Parts: sequence; structure tokens; C-alpha cells
Amino acid sequence: MTLFGAPLLGRMTLDALPFRDMVQHPTRENIVNGLIASGAALMVILAAITVLGLITWYGKWKTLWCDWLTSVDHKKIGIMFIVIALAMLARALVEAFFMRAQQAVGLDGGFLSPEHYGQLFTTHGTIMIFFMAMPFLTGIINYVMPMQIGARDVSFPVMNSISLGLTAAGAALAMISLVLAPFSTGGWTGYPPFTELAANPGPGVDYWLWAITLSTLSSTMTGINFAVTLYKKRAPGMGLMRMPLFCWTALCTSILMIFGMPPLTVATGLLALDRYLDFHMFTADLGGNMMNYINLFWAFGHPEVYILILPAFGIYSEIFSTFSGKRLYGYTALVIATMAIAVLSFTVWLHHFFTMGQSAHINAVFGIATMLIGIPTGVKIYDWMLTMYRGRVRLTVPMLYACGFLILFSIGGLSGIILATPSIDYQIHNSLFLVAHFHNMLIPGLLFGMLAGYTYWFPKAFGFQLAPRWGYRAAWSWIIGFMLAFFPLYALGLLGMPRRALSFFNPTYLPWTISALLGAVLILFAFFGLIMQLWQSIKQRASLAVPIGDPWDGRSLEWAMPSPPPEYNFPVLPSINSHDAFARQKGSGQHYETPEYYEDIVLPANTAMGAALGGAGFLMAFGLTWHMWWLVILGAVAVLVSLVGRGFVRQTTRTIPAAVVENQHRAWMNAVLETTPITRADEQTPANQGLPVSPREGAVQ
Amino acid sequence: MPHPEEHGLQVPYSLPALLGMIIDVRDHNVLKVFSSPAGRSRFGAIVSCLALLALSGCSSAPGFLWPNGPVADAQRQHLWLVIALVMIVVLPVFILTPWLVWRYRYKSQATYRPRWSFSLWVDVLIWGVPVVIVALLSVALWKNTINLDPYKPIASDKPPLRIQVIGLDWKWLFIYPDHHIATLGQLVIPVDRPVSFTLTSATVMQSFIVPALGGQIDVMNRMVTRLNLMADHTGEFMGRNMQYNGEGFYAQQFTTRAVSDSEFATFIDQVTTQGQPLNAHAWGVLKQQNNWKDVARILNDGLPPPAPMVAFSQLPASLFQDVARHQPIAWNGSTATDTSGKDTSHHDRTPAQ
Amino acid sequence: MTRQTAASDIRHPGLNLGEPHKEAHTANEELAFGFWVFMMSDLIVFGLLFATYATMLGGTAGGPGPSDVLELKGPFIETMLLLASSFTFGMASLALKYEQGKLRLIGWLLITLLLGLGFIAHELMDFQSMFSKGGVPSRSGFLSAFFSLVPLHGLHVTAACLWMLAILGQMAVYGVDTSVKTGLMRLAILWHFLDIVWIGIFSVVYLGGLSG
Repeated sequence: MTLFGAPLLGRMTLDALPFRDMVQHPTRENIVNGLIASGAALMVILAAITVLGLITWYGKWKTLWCDWLTSVDHKKIGIMFIVIALAMLARALVEAFFMRAQQAVGLDGGFLSPEHYGQLFTTHGTIMIFFMAMPFLTGIINYVMPMQIGARDVSFPVMNSISLGLTAAGAALAMISLVLAPFSTGGWTGYPPFTELAANPGPGVDYWLWAITLSTLSSTMTGINFAVTLYKKRAPGMGLMRMPLFCWTALCTSILMIFGMPPLTVATGLLALDRYLDFHMFTADLGGNMMNYINLFWAFGHPEVYILILPAFGIYSEIFSTFSGKRLYGYTALVIATMAIAVLSFTVWLHHFFTMGQSAHINAVFGIATMLIGIPTGVKIYDWMLTMYRGRVRLTVPMLYACGFLILFSIGGLSGIILATPSIDYQIHNSLFLVAHFHNMLIPGLLFGMLAGYTYWFPKAFGFQLAPRWGYRAAWSWIIGFMLAFFPLYALGLLGMPRRALSFFNPTYLPWTISALLGAVLILFAFFGLIMQLWQSIKQRASLAVPIGDPWDGRSLEWAMPSPPPEYNFPVLPSINSHDAFARQKGSGQHYETPEYYEDIVLPANTAMGAALGGAGFLMAFGLTWHMWWLVILGAVAVLVSLVGRGFVRQTTRTIPAAVVENQHRAWMNAVLETTPITRADEQTPANQGLPVSPREGAVQ
Repeated sequence: MPHPEEHGLQVPYSLPALLGMIIDVRDHNVLKVFSSPAGRSRFGAIVSCLALLALSGCSSAPGFLWPNGPVADAQRQHLWLVIALVMIVVLPVFILTPWLVWRYRYKSQATYRPRWSFSLWVDVLIWGVPVVIVALLSVALWKNTINLDPYKPIASDKPPLRIQVIGLDWKWLFIYPDHHIATLGQLVIPVDRPVSFTLTSATVMQSFIVPALGGQIDVMNRMVTRLNLMADHTGEFMGRNMQYNGEGFYAQQFTTRAVSDSEFATFIDQVTTQGQPLNAHAWGVLKQQNNWKDVARILNDGLPPPAPMVAFSQLPASLFQDVARHQPIAWNGSTATDTSGKDTSHHDRTPAQ
Repeated sequence: MTRQTAASDIRHPGLNLGEPHKEAHTANEELAFGFWVFMMSDLIVFGLLFATYATMLGGTAGGPGPSDVLELKGPFIETMLLLASSFTFGMASLALKYEQGKLRLIGWLLITLLLGLGFIAHELMDFQSMFSKGGVPSRSGFLSAFFSLVPLHGLHVTAACLWMLAILGQMAVYGVDTSVKTGLMRLAILWHFLDIVWIGIFSVVYLGGLSG
């Protein structure tokens, strides 16, 4: 079938189906791998059918469109980002499990084919970073930050929705690559010349390229949005040094996004020019220079890992302070440390390629710069411990994640210093030691932070707590599972086993790879625990309800409103005169005050821009991958029409009348009066309705 | 540090002895830290795993923890130093975190200072100690990075053996330009003599390493990188590619044999007399995507390789240069020694035109 | 920096509309700031492409080098066109701020648009002449680097022209209302930014390439 002379389906053939190889060449390896790949594809299709089916069955299409997909409310967008993250986490964990299983039986063989394994480690890394970690932290910052600074929304709500649409499009592209295969085998880093046409002409690298591009554009916009919000929309009296530390880390994260994403746009953009228009930026011949890609990629890659970790640091600051019933130790030092980390993160990128042959002096300079970043990070760890010192520590689920983080992340810091030393790095670069290090930073660092944040703010978002029992099981399983799965990789790396290796020939590696598989299984159980926790909590939501909105005796402004919060957050924007604003208000009895008068509240109107640009983005990316040029043009026209059309829209707000605001607020005030406040001893019991006993001279009761 | 092959299983891999090994570093302050029971118990899990590993047969254990060359040995020493110094800041976290959670738990009667959030001397300590440690590490880092620079020739009274390495998919070709031979699958070097490698890739980016001897160096198309290694013990060591380059990456491994001078001379003779020509046909086979065993099978007419390598005795003198410069290979080139490798400039990585 | 701040206290980099424009002036604070931040990220993109270009000057792979395919005449004309267009956009911005009348505003904008389109047309002609001399991106790394930097700027100018048309369309439907004003303020930032990037291109690529 052709369209204007070009094939309708581009270069897509039946070979894109995951079972094609299995059917055409039924060797044992092909059958096993074909079944696994087809199983994955089937999961995607079944999941899609189930979701669409359930929405239809319950008649929720209108709700979905009007209340969610076209919403520009930062809270809803935040929740949708986190939903994407959790769904993609599930997939990437399964991929990790398969890799561990393969290596556990991988002595001289295994069950996965090299091609399949190559796709697994590529999708695992790409999805975890771009479609799990970035959406997760974006979602949490989106939800919490505007409330913490006393604002009603972010500065550019429509752009927020577009960011969500683009991330969803990238995730969808990654998911559809399971059905119409294959994906890239070049790793999440995609180094040329391996990813050039000469070595990999197929759609795999293109899938990867465009999925990442969508995510990058999304994150650049998010960075701009968050930065402007933090600069321009803080409540009166909230100077920068009165913001909760989570907002400081959000600010530094967004600055890193603004400056750190463009290098990736350039790197992948130039690679795309090589692949689509026969350019020679990074090719092996005709004057290309692949070292430029490596420099560009890591100019992005290093700030990226700080983008991933800083929000988690912010969450830990909130958690240590709240669950120790104490002010955060060293607020100013933590701010300085955060800014230092953000600035220094742009000066160390070369440590990702010490072995590339540049002079020893250059390597040494970057090695020292890398170690310097360890200093503010170490200070933070001690500041958090000092926050617990002379506090009243409650080991809730978020606190368990946080304490696990303190111990485990420090080990990751040690391995980081080891890797920062060029002479040692020459041995362990690209080995499993490196893999162990960055998982050591990402799992206890980023992921525990996100899961802690999810548990911590869930009651705020949905009005009921998460049942603790499965939460504890999940947290312990994550902690022990992580140790079992990744500490052996440190040993394997020191024993010379490289990363991205399908199998091995030395039996010395075997006890470690088996232990790593056990850890992976435990991690899968941990994820299952999270699902169980969610399900049980929804079932028991009546008894877990915390409608007054302050289940943890929180210290920042997001706890000063009902759970779930009204869409305008604050009936009247608060005036701030200290940091730990809500804690101070509670301490001086000035919380839950009725305002003198209520005003009409103007909120941004819903828009289809996010859905439109997300959809168009997906079509363009898919079309580019499969060389369906008509689809690319269609998508581009849709983008253009949307953007120009949006410019003609004049009804961009809607108003909530003062009377409605007043009624809602008064209802909440009455509920406060009728609710029994609790002490922290009853924090995790049904008695907790979200109203704490007021602190006495700062002492949490 | 006693070497496994010299002392058999007397190697001190019992728990206290391993700790002793770790303490055998430049900084004796770690002694206090490692003798604390809490510190040891924290470390015990990892260390006893290493002990278990040792019992499983240390002579087959690859990697630089059992070094067989001065570079690997120095790298290992540096590793212990880094671990020891960083433990100063890390160990207190392991100990203090559970203690803090227990001592200051909600139900305890411990002091509660909800507004205490700053102390100058504590801040000086938590900023100052890491600064001092990083300063110490920086000195060691600077020194060792320069001394162990792969491009730095290894000091010795013997002249270096020159080897040119061409990275292919998925095998390495080792050319001995001074002996006009080449091998695939096995790298044979004389013990106690520096080896000076120049490397290039005929395909995509790769990374060459023999961990028991020293670190890796990236190997790239149209560029030449360098590596200097030396073995100070005889033996067989694993060597491999560390940079993913496709489906056969996991099997891109070879054996490095460090042998005595007489054995090395024998090896050169054997290859010179029994090796096959590296001509355009053989090169065509090398350019395919396969590993060295496949090449051996093809070039030996389907028979298994007689020796654990493929040996070539006639090859163009300019083979390495031609591959590095993307020039057509001069198959009928003279046997005059080519000049690559004699270049003493520090970096000749600029892409050849 | 909040709703309670007086209009006279609102300031952002660039031309400020001032109190007479009340709603537009207030709204523009956040919008202009946000757009400047976006320009910063765009600057990084161009900066990296400049750096990449510099490292690939030697990658001619035996093909044409800068002196073989680059000329000064065309880029000089393009520079004049773009500089003039920045001037005329400035005049349009002043016409907007001092409320000198819709006709004047549209007049200056149309001249700017024509100059911008002229720039693009001339640049395309330049590329065509480069192609005819064998200066195609697929020939070498150097040419690829050139064609990733310079056409990206041209694409930005094209996008700016399209945006200009869109705003003119909005003006036709709604008159010069708040959205149109804030749109023009942001387009102005983009326009001048592109001018600065072009100065960089002219200096580094053309003057630099032809002097060596």
C-alpha cells in the first residue's frame, strides 16, 4: 500500500512482530526468546484493552477527559505523572528480573539471546531514567511545591499539561516498541558509531532517539515552569530563605533541567541528522567525531543524575524534620550544599569517560572536582542525622525509607569516590562495579525518596492514609532486596565482569549472580507489596480517612488545607513570616483561622493542548521511527495548528465564586472543631482524622 | 602482599587477616575504626563473602584484587587507601543512624530539643572533616593518576615490547610489529618486560583490558590510543572488551599469557614457522562479525584450532596504520618496519584523514 | 513579586510596557521572565553547536573546507537584513509601548516580517550555491557541523516569522489586546536573540572560517 508513492507503513514489515523470528526459524533459543517477547507484547495489548474496557464499562470517558486529561491543575497533573512512573516502574523491574535471571544461569549460556538481552538493558535503563524517575520526581514536585510556597498553581499551567502529554507520548512509544519491535540495543547512552546507520540501521535506535527527545522536551519545559513558579509565585512574606527545603531542591532541580537537558537535545538531534539525512557528525568515517557525542551526552548526563537525586534530598529533608518532631538541622547549610551540588554538577562530566585517552592531568582535575561534590552531600547526610538528634523519632514507613537511605546511600558515596579516582576507574569503568554504584545512588537515593514521598503525601492527595502493614513489608523488602541484588555486583565488578554482558565463562562469578537474582525476586515482592498496600488502603479508606488534612503534624503549608485539597489550594493566599510556616502557625495558635473576607478565585481553564501535542508528538515520533513520512507531516501539521490555534483562544480562565469558596472553607472549619485531635502515639491508627494536638513550645505531641 | 600462586591457600583470607590487609595502607588511623565491633559487623557481610570467594578457588579469580603486574598492584593499593579514608566519614553513619532512631524514639525519655537546629562547632566538624579527607585523597589521586597514566611507559631496563591491537567485532588482533607476526585469541607476552600497546578499532568503540595487569583504554575508530602494561608474574590472565559493541560482546575475551623469555622466543618461532598468512582472504574473515574461535574454525577449514589461538606469520607491515587511517590495506606492502608505535608524542588521537 | 505588588514595581529584563498597559504589563512580568529562561536554554543549544562546529573544522575528510564553500557577500547581506529587522522590531515595540496607533505598529511589524523572510530566502540561496560547489552535509564532518548550526538558526527565524504571522492574525480578530501585547513582547525577545546568535555565526563561521 502506498501513499503518494511512499509505502503507507514506511519500513514496517511483518518482521516487526515479536513472534516472527520464532515462527520462521524455530530454534530453541528463538522459541524461548520469542515467547518472552510475545508475552510482553501481549501484556501491553491486554493492559490497553483492560484499561480502555474498564473506562468504558464504568462510563468514565467524560470524567477522564474533562477532569483529568484536559485539566491544568498542578495536583492532577502531578498525580498523572506519578501514575506513568509507577506503571513504567513495573515494566522496568520485570526487565531487570529477566536480566538477573539470565545471569544467574548465564555461565556459558543462559536462556536469553544476545539481541534480546541487548534490548532489555537498553529499555531498562531508558525507561527507568526517562519514564520512571523523571515523571516520578516531576509529579511529586508538581503536586507539592505550589502548595508549599502558598500558590494556587504553577506559572504556566498549560505548558505543564503539555509536559505531561509529551512524557506520556514518549512512554507510549517505549511501550509500543514491545508490540512492534525491536528497540535499540545501544544502551540508554546510545554511543555512536554503534548507534549509527552502519552498525544499526533498523528502527531500534530511532525508537530510543525519539522517545528520549519527547522526554527531554517535556523536562526542559518542566524546568522552566518550576523555576519561574519558584521565583515569581511565592506567597507574600515567603522570601527564598523561608521556603521549605523541598522547594530549594525543586529550584535547583529545575535550573539543572533548564541547562542540562539542551546538551541531550543536541546530542540526539545530531545523531538523528546522521541517521536520517546522512550527516557525519559522529560516524566512523568522513570526518565524524564520536567523542563529541560522548562529551555532549555526559554534559547532559551528569546534571541529569543530580536532577534525579536533588528532589529526593528535598523529600528526605521534609521527612526527617517532620518525623523527628523537630526543626531541620542546618537549613542554611543545606541550602548552600544544594546550590553547591547544582553548580558543581556541571563541572564533572568527564568522569564518565576517564578511559577515553585524554591526558592524565585532565583526568586528575575532573577526578578532584568529582570528589568535591561528595563534600556537600556528606554534609547533608550528617545534617539529617543531626535532625534526628534530640528529636522524637517516629519510624513510620517514610522514615524507614529515609533511614535505609542514610546507610545505603553512604555506601554508594564510597563507591562513587572510588570511581572518581581515575587510576582505579581504569579498572572498573563499565564493569558491574559501576552498575552497582549508580543503582546504589538511584535506588536508596532516588527511589526510596520517591516512595517515601508517595507514602508521605498520599493522604494529602487522596484524603486517606496508606495502610502501614504492607508498607513496612514493601520497605524492608526494598532495603534487603536492594542489598542482595546489588552488593554482589560490587564484587563482580572488582572481579572484572563487565556491564551489559549476556553471560560469562568464569564460575567464580556464579554465587554472586545467583545472589543478585534472589535480590531481584525480593524487589519484585517489594513492588507487589506496594500494590497490595494501595489496594488494601483503598478498601479500608473509610477507616484510614484523614479529612482535616494534617495526619503527620506537618510543618509546611501543604498540611494547612483539607485532604483532598480544594482545586484552588488556599481560599485566601497566606502571608508568611517565618520558615516552617505551618508549624509556627500551630505553635502560636494562628492556624485554621477564618479569613476576613473571601474573594472570587480565578483559575486557568481546562485545555486540550496537552493531549493534542502529546498525541501529535507520538504520531511524529512513531512516523519518524518507521519512516512513515506522511504520519510525520500529519503530526507536524497538528502541532502547528494546535500552537497557532491556541494563540486565538481568549477564554483562558474560569472563576470560582467567593460564596462557593466560603462554603467549602467553613465546612472544613466546622469539621476541625468537631474532630478530636490526636497525639503522635495514635498517628497510624484510625483515630487519626488528620488533626494533631497543637505543639507546645515547638514540641510535637 | 603474598601472592596466591607463591603461597597456595596460606593466603590470609581469614576475617581478621583480611582486615589486616586493609589496614596495610598508608593511613593507620583506620585501625581504630576497624577494631570497633559495630564497624566490623557492618563490614562483615561483604568481607565474609570475599572469604567465601577465596575458598572457591582464588587462582581462577580474575581482576586486579589479585594483581600480576605493577600497575594493577598500585591500583589495588590505591583502592584500599580510598576505602580507608572514606570510611572515616561513612562508618559513623552506619553506627549513628540506628542509634539515633533507637535513642530518640518517640516513646523514649531522652532529651527533646525541638527547636535546636544549628551548632557552629558541629558544622565546622561536618564540613571540615570531609574537606580534609578530600584534600588527602586529592593528593593521592593526583600522584597516582599521573603515575599510572596508561600512556606513561613503564620504567624498566628492558626495552618495551611493541604490540599493535586492532579491535574487531568481536575479537582482538594482536600484531607484533617487530616480529612480523600476529595472533588472535591469545596474547603472549614476556614476564618482567614492559609492553607498549597502540590500539585502534576497525569497527565501533571498544575498550581493551587485562585486569590482572592494569586498567583499560578505549579503542576507537580512526584514532590510536595507547596502553602500557607489564606482568611481574608468569601465568594466564583474562583479557576482554569492556565497551558494548553488539551481540558478540559478552564473548569478546582472550587469554593473556605471561611467559619467561625463553618461552616467549619459542612462541615467536612457532608462530613464524607455523602461522598462516594474514592476507586479504583472512582479513575478510576477520571483518565478519564473529569471535576468534569462529575465525579459527573457518581458517582451519572447519577443524578445531590446534593451539588456543589463531596465528599469522605473514602480514603487511602497514596493516595497523592502514586500518587506523582508513586507508586501503597494502597487501603487497614491503616488510620494512612501519613507524607506528615509535611515535613518542603523548597523544595521537586526532582523527587521521 | 506577588499580586499585591504595585504595577510600578513590576520590572523584567527588556522593554517594559509600563503602567498605562495595566493588565498586559502585570501579566508580562511572569511571561517575559519565563521566555527569557527558555532563551537561556536555547542559548545552550546554540553554544554547544558552536563548540561542536569548532572541533570539527578539521573534519573535512578530503572534501571542501571553509574557504572552498563559504563566501562573505551573502552572509553580509543577511546580516544587514537581520540587523535592520531588529531595528524595525524595536520601532514596532516602541509603537506598542507608547500607543502610537495600530497602523504604525502593523507597519513596522510587516517590514520586520519582510526583512526576516528576506533573510531566509537569501540564506536558502546561499545554501543552494554551497550545494552546487559540493558543499553538502553528507560530504564530511565539517560540512555536517556547519549544516547543523546555521540552518538551525534559519529554522528559528522561520518559526519566528510564522509566530509573527499568527500574532498579526490575532490582531486582525481581536485588535491589540493583552494576549497580543504579551505575545509581541516575547516574540521581540526571540527576534533580538536570533540576531545575536547570527552575529556569532557570522563572526565565528564566516569571518573566522574565511580568515584562517
